[in-house]
Amino acid sequence: MAKWSLGIIAGFSLFLLAAITVMLFAEAFPFFRDYSLYDFLLGRYWRPVDEPPLFGLLPLLWGSLLVTVIAMLFALPLGICTALYFAGVAPAWVREVFKPIVELLGSIPSVVYGLFGLAVLAPFAQKVFSLPIGQCAAVAGLTLGLMAVPIVVSVSEDALSSVPKALIEASHALGATRWETLMRVVFPAAKSGIIAGVLLSFGRAIGETMTVLMVAGGAAQITASPFAPVRPITFTIAAEMGETPVGSPHYHSLFAIGAVLFVITLGINILANKYARANLDK
Amino acid sequence: MPEPTSTNRLKTQRRGFAVFTAAALIILLALAAIIFFMSSRGIKVLSWEFITQPPKKGMTEGGVFPAIVGTFLLGLGAMLSALPIGVLAAVYLTEFSRPGRFVSLVRIGVNTLAGMPSIVFGLFGFAFFVKALGLGVSVLSGALTLGAMSLPIIISVSEEALKTVPMTFREASLSLGATRWRTTLKVVLPNAVGGIITGAILAMGRAVGETAPIIFTAATFYTRRLPASPFDEVMALPFHIYGLVTEGLYPEKQLPIAFGSALILMIIVLSLSGFGIFWRYKIRKRRVW
Repeated sequence: MAKWSLGIIAGFSLFLLAAITVMLFAEAFPFFRDYSLYDFLLGRYWRPVDEPPLFGLLPLLWGSLLVTVIAMLFALPLGICTALYFAGVAPAWVREVFKPIVELLGSIPSVVYGLFGLAVLAPFAQKVFSLPIGQCAAVAGLTLGLMAVPIVVSVSEDALSSVPKALIEASHALGATRWETLMRVVFPAAKSGIIAGVLLSFGRAIGETMTVLMVAGGAAQITASPFAPVRPITFTIAAEMGETPVGSPHYHSLFAIGAVLFVITLGINILANKYARANLDK
Repeated sequence: MPEPTSTNRLKTQRRGFAVFTAAALIILLALAAIIFFMSSRGIKVLSWEFITQPPKKGMTEGGVFPAIVGTFLLGLGAMLSALPIGVLAAVYLTEFSRPGRFVSLVRIGVNTLAGMPSIVFGLFGFAFFVKALGLGVSVLSGALTLGAMSLPIIISVSEEALKTVPMTFREASLSLGATRWRTTLKVVLPNAVGGIITGAILAMGRAVGETAPIIFTAATFYTRRLPASPFDEVMALPFHIYGLVTEGLYPEKQLPIAFGSALILMIIVLSLSGFGIFWRYKIRKRRVW
């Protein structure tokens, strides 16, 4: 009896997931009665209040990808090197003290990072690069990268420190230096765990809202310049949801781009779980 | 001639280690700089009045008391809705289930929920709680949305806590004739409760700092009064910070208030998570079995 009722409660998370998926797609669906899927997916302009309105996904998708890739370019090398420092270089006490501190910094709310980006990084970038507006893809990426670093460090360090001691001792016994052991034994053994962590933080970054909302600038354009303002998917949802009448095509279009975001993060997470499992299997 | 090669190898080691150490230093300094900067700007406006008074004159003066209360209400509401379901689900997964299709399906579901962007929860909360259930933009809608977002975290930390209770404890209890249910209630849960509470505190720390899920479900930029019922909308610190820098007529007067609010939010979140992380390390160390 108890087992069955508990099973039902455990199944609640599946129910919740189903409810979220259904709500999202049910609210997105009416949008495609007025607007063709083709024009949505391949449209190059997002002008929801023009007459006729244009709901092209590409500039928003581009904004999300550009900001996230910049964030990863910053966070991955620094984060993984820091994890390698904690796992292979730092004395035990340094790891004991600073690993929790890095984890703690990972819990700082995104709106705080956003405020920092808006009030400090954006004016700084504007002055240094003499930009017309400081809020741009590069500043949003950097802010997002700062925010992603604690996650990258924490997950990579977990993967590195879960490599069996026996492997390390065997390497030392064969005469390898600590550096050689770290780079040729520990790092390869932890690789799938690190990849899982990288994918997870990529998924987090692309779904992050507040930081980009405050510093990305908001111009829906496909631009190669990192110093131009962009309008990521999350930005668009958060900024336009309050301004549009419930039930209008614009309202439903926001659920449609939400569904796109959902599918992207779902794909990334499935991939990440695959690598995480590969790490466990070893 | 082993001499020169081993010197070279040690030289490589020194260089490599220097790079990693530098990376760690850069990260720690950058994060320390952010905290220092935010605190030094925030502390200028922090006062007893700022914490205990409502905002005045269209957000340009006064305090953030309603936003602090709102933040706690939303955080507590999220935990009240997610904790019972999350803990019971974890009990099922660790104590009562056998590996099989249902369990792996549930795990996939929990992982998927955990990876979903917070703005998607916001959309769901708006479409489901606010509109479909007709709860309106309210404390209740916001707390339930944040609760939905916290559920996977609660499940995984509770599972982790339950798994640290050694098998021998359960076997001893079962061999004394206790039922599975009684064993869970009297032996497993009491030994795991510290870990579960720690995890709940960590989850609450994350929930109160979230902005995206509450923008359309609970938050209002400006109200002088506290919510009188769960169906009232509230102010919340994260949304307040966002509103102060994007809305209103006097950005130069509002920015300092935003920094003050950010400092208070950071203090709340960091003390919740700090407490949680500290206790988790302590529990892990104290374990004698």
